[in-house]
Amino acid sequence: MKAMMMGFAAMIVISVASYFVLHEMGFSSDAVQSGDAVRLD
Amino acid sequence: MLRAILVFVLCLGMWPALADAQDAAGDRAATGGAQTLEDIMARQRGEEVAPKTGDAAGAARDLSGQLGTLGGASDPDLWRALRYGSADITVSSGGEVATVLVQDGGMAWLQFRQGPLAKYGGYLLLGTIALLVVFFVLRGRVKLDYEKTGRTVTRFKSFERASHWLLAGSFILLGITGLLTLFGRMFIAPYISKEFNATLLMASKYIHNNVAWAFIVALVAIFVLWVWHNIPNRTDITWFAQAGGIIGSKHPPAKKFNGGQKIIFWSVILLGGSISLSGVSLLFPFEFPMFMKTFDLMRSVGIESLPIYGPLPEGLAPHEEMQYAQAWHAIVAFVLMAIIIAHIYIGSVGMEGAYDAMGTGEVDEAWARQHHSLWLEELEAKGKAAPKDATPAE
Repeated sequence: MKAMMMGFAAMIVISVASYFVLHEMGFSSDAVQSGDAVRLD
Repeated sequence: MLRAILVFVLCLGMWPALADAQDAAGDRAATGGAQTLEDIMARQRGEEVAPKTGDAAGAARDLSGQLGTLGGASDPDLWRALRYGSADITVSSGGEVATVLVQDGGMAWLQFRQGPLAKYGGYLLLGTIALLVVFFVLRGRVKLDYEKTGRTVTRFKSFERASHWLLAGSFILLGITGLLTLFGRMFIAPYISKEFNATLLMASKYIHNNVAWAFIVALVAIFVLWVWHNIPNRTDITWFAQAGGIIGSKHPPAKKFNGGQKIIFWSVILLGGSISLSGVSLLFPFEFPMFMKTFDLMRSVGIESLPIYGPLPEGLAPHEEMQYAQAWHAIVAFVLMAIIIAHIYIGSVGMEGAYDAMGTGEVDEAWARQHHSLWLEELEAKGKAAPKDATPAE
């Protein structure tokens, strides 16, 4: 049970981390799809 | 009096002209003055139709003017150019890909996604569950043939189990959110509400796009941890020949992983790997097109067509690459979901003692001897199994 909880906790940590890391790296949809004349945020 | 006589005379003089006009309009009274069937037939016979009907140039003038709706204007050349990608399009963002305003292949993909994909994918999952229910009713639970010894051996260490649950938890979340994305519009929006479905899909999108990374990490970890134990060998032939002991009462020998578990392992690695690749392609749209390269590779080894699909396409637009990636992602995911449903069955209600392997990591020696006798013998040879005369822990 402890290992299962560790696995699930790791899943949440990796998911949240990937969300913020990708946004920081400029991979969010608005960062990728916007331009000089188009603002999506 | 003189004025009245003058009007009367003038009216008499205009009568023939008024009568002609009324005749002309009268012929077309049924169509409100527009051309009649007789006009069309006359034109087809090559006869002059008089007076001419309509004013094509003038009719659309107001509609296509600066403040018009353009509804009266039609420019086949422009639409043809848009459809076949030869129009001179300028976009503010999105790059070259965004200049595609009309994409024919999109309809085929949409129809496939809403039709065969949803239909047969749904049948596959429901059919798998139904088969397992029937199997459970007919076969029942695979029980231990001998009394539990009370002595246990470590089947999976903590890190192995955590990696398994990381993979399992992420796959279940990805499966549920993927199914909601495909079926939400069909089964949730019409029966609950569109707003609820929209909220659910937005949450599903966030979960699916981010939990995907956890799945990929777990997939790599599981591959590294267990690949050595999952290389096929001769014991697998015996195992399959005896149907793994599921049918009948024999329990074929097996090492750490038996033939069935190896099927599960390689299905997860290969299908999961394929789902991950197509998923990454979808997460970064147009950055990692894979299908044209795959088709070229297939052609290079002499594969020109596929069963059901037909000849391989010669060229793919960027949007088609994404549509192929989505279709493949979903097809392979359905197959893997069906396999995993069977895996969950045998690891829980289908076999006595199986869950302990991933629950506590410790399995009873009797269970190990019944299902993985060669593995237990290896442990005993290494001195890692409990001695046979050990006292069970209270």
